[in-house]
Amino acid sequence: MTERVLTARFQTPDSHRLSTYQADGGYQAAKKALSMKPGEIIDLVKASGLRGRGGAGFPAGLKWSFVPKDSDKPKYLCINADEGEPGTFKDRYLMELDPHAVIEGAMIAAYAFCANHAYIYVRGEFKLPMMRLEAALEEAREANLIGRNILGSGYDLEMWVHPGAGAYVCGEETALIESNEGHRGMPRLKPPFPAVVGLFGGPTVVNNVETLAYVPHIVNRGAEWFGSLGPEKNGGTKLYGVSGHVKKPGLYELPMGTPLNEIVFGVCGGMRNDRKLKAVIPGGSSTPVLTADEIKVNMDFDSLAKAGSMLGSGAVIVMDEGTCMVRVAMRLAKFYDHESCGQCTPCREGVPWIRKILVRIETGRGCRQDPKLLLELCDNIQGNTVCPLGDACAMPIRALVTKFRDEFDAHIEKKQCPIGGFQNPWPSIKIQACKVS
Amino acid sequence: MIEKIAIGPETEKAIAEIIARYPVPEAALIPALHKVQDELGWLPLEAIDWVAGRLSLPKARVYGVVSFYTMFRRSKPGRHRLEVCTNLSCSLMGGEHLRDYLCEKLKIQPGQTTSDGRITLTEVECLGSCGSAPVMLVDDAFYENLTPETVDQILEQLHQKETRGGVS
Ligand SMILES: Cc1cc2nc3c(=O)[nH]c(=O)nc-3n(C[C@H](O)[C@H](O)[C@H](O)COP(=O)(O)O)c2cc1C
Ligand code: SF4
Ligand code: FES
Repeated sequence: MTERVLTARFQTPDSHRLSTYQADGGYQAAKKALSMKPGEIIDLVKASGLRGRGGAGFPAGLKWSFVPKDSDKPKYLCINADEGEPGTFKDRYLMELDPHAVIEGAMIAAYAFCANHAYIYVRGEFKLPMMRLEAALEEAREANLIGRNILGSGYDLEMWVHPGAGAYVCGEETALIESNEGHRGMPRLKPPFPAVVGLFGGPTVVNNVETLAYVPHIVNRGAEWFGSLGPEKNGGTKLYGVSGHVKKPGLYELPMGTPLNEIVFGVCGGMRNDRKLKAVIPGGSSTPVLTADEIKVNMDFDSLAKAGSMLGSGAVIVMDEGTCMVRVAMRLAKFYDHESCGQCTPCREGVPWIRKILVRIETGRGCRQDPKLLLELCDNIQGNTVCPLGDACAMPIRALVTKFRDEFDAHIEKKQCPIGGFQNPWPSIKIQACKVS
Repeated sequence: MIEKIAIGPETEKAIAEIIARYPVPEAALIPALHKVQDELGWLPLEAIDWVAGRLSLPKARVYGVVSFYTMFRRSKPGRHRLEVCTNLSCSLMGGEHLRDYLCEKLKIQPGQTTSDGRITLTEVECLGSCGSAPVMLVDDAFYENLTPETVDQILEQLHQKETRGGVS
């Protein structure tokens, strides 16, 4: 049985309340941290090797250390709870079931780089997580765990929930900052990096909810303990959100580096209706797809990078043999088209073209050179945009076209989708299709 | 058409409190728009003007933000809103089929409102609930693991709420 850290309290009745959190040892780490020097906390988190759970896997302690110590501007912590990457549904449970862990982790992080203001940027649709966070913040304020002179330490921290309003791009850290300032969510060019010029012009750290929720545990149990939970440079457990055609989809906390085939066939009970596995998207919609033959890979940052994909947000999307990969590509392209902020040409123009070409292939109007054209478009987008949203479209589309090229060619040759789009799980109910778009 | 709007004192108070959380008032724009939309059900131009006045921002600046974010409604929705997710995880489990099923039952396309003004149907992107796909928001509440049968029940419940009288 593997150790559960982040989800250990999920079954506790009233786990979201301060009383139960404190009964389980909550805010002990904060107390300990406040007795340490900020730099010591950064060193501890650096030593643990904690890597960001929001997608890129950047070392958290290192990121905090980039904040200039001598800045005369106020510093800020933005907690990224935008959770927009398709397939991802982990942070919402942390916020719903253990909001104080998120707050405590954020507080320790803010203290470590001397920020006095923090905003939790929660996607607008998450009403319950926001309610839970706001109630928890209220409790924390009353208990002097947030606010002025926290527990007599002399340290002040204000923390607020800031709602998003439905824009995937606002999960990107500089777009999030823009949105937090009350603007359209247009990503900024880097440099300058947020650690130097971020929210309201001040040095800013943006960290994912899951990253921060780990911080109290590291303070309590040490860097070595954290490292020992996973492979080298990939410490800790990870929240994997599994969706799609498995028997038991859901959120699982497992050691970092758990093999993907074990997740699909062990933890999740294997494939639904015992159909054959066709492909898995290992880390959210932006990560390159793996074929059934490629899933012996370990689910950690470095192993997946070596396998040509990414751990991303740990969102595992499982697809069975009846899945049309052209349709999958088309649906993803539709998403990125909808979410492009439109600020740079390769993404604004290229992504809609990818979508249009995929629609025409899927609806039987594709031309022989279309797959090649798609790959060219991907090449022209990737690396040429202000923010990584362009890459996030190009990478999965390239992998789908390359790895399932025969399916694309079959669509074009037969002038139709051999499967007829996504499978209807309710074949007894006749459903007339809306337009393909 | 000019919409007569009245922003209640509670919303006003909430917005004042929110403004105090930021070093500059304009940072309160998105939360303030949410509060106004929660009260009015949508954001008519008059509401946008009101928010602009409240935060001392140009109207165009506020409108630019409203039009960027999909949750802000610039047209009046029906009395109930169904927002069905058709992103990948949901569609693998029947999300697109549910969308089509709803279109058929309500005799509208996504983005439209039934002619009696009762229900607006929209197709939305991933709602962050993919492990319990397919998923739909009904007036902001999550409904998960949907099937055509549970969708029928939801529609029936909405219908009963209305026929029992009162605005729900
Ligand atoms: C288009 C796009 C969307 C993103 N969405 C999210 C998100 O929803 N949540 C998140 O934590 N990070 C998201 N990220 C990553 C953030 O930019 C950033 O790297 C992350 O929040 C940093 O936190 P971490 O170091 O703790 O992982 C996104 C990045 C891009 C390019
Ligand atoms: S890559 Fe796309 S989303 Fe990112 S800044 Fe450019 S246009 Fe906007
Ligand atoms: S794909 Fe529908 S909730 Fe994520």
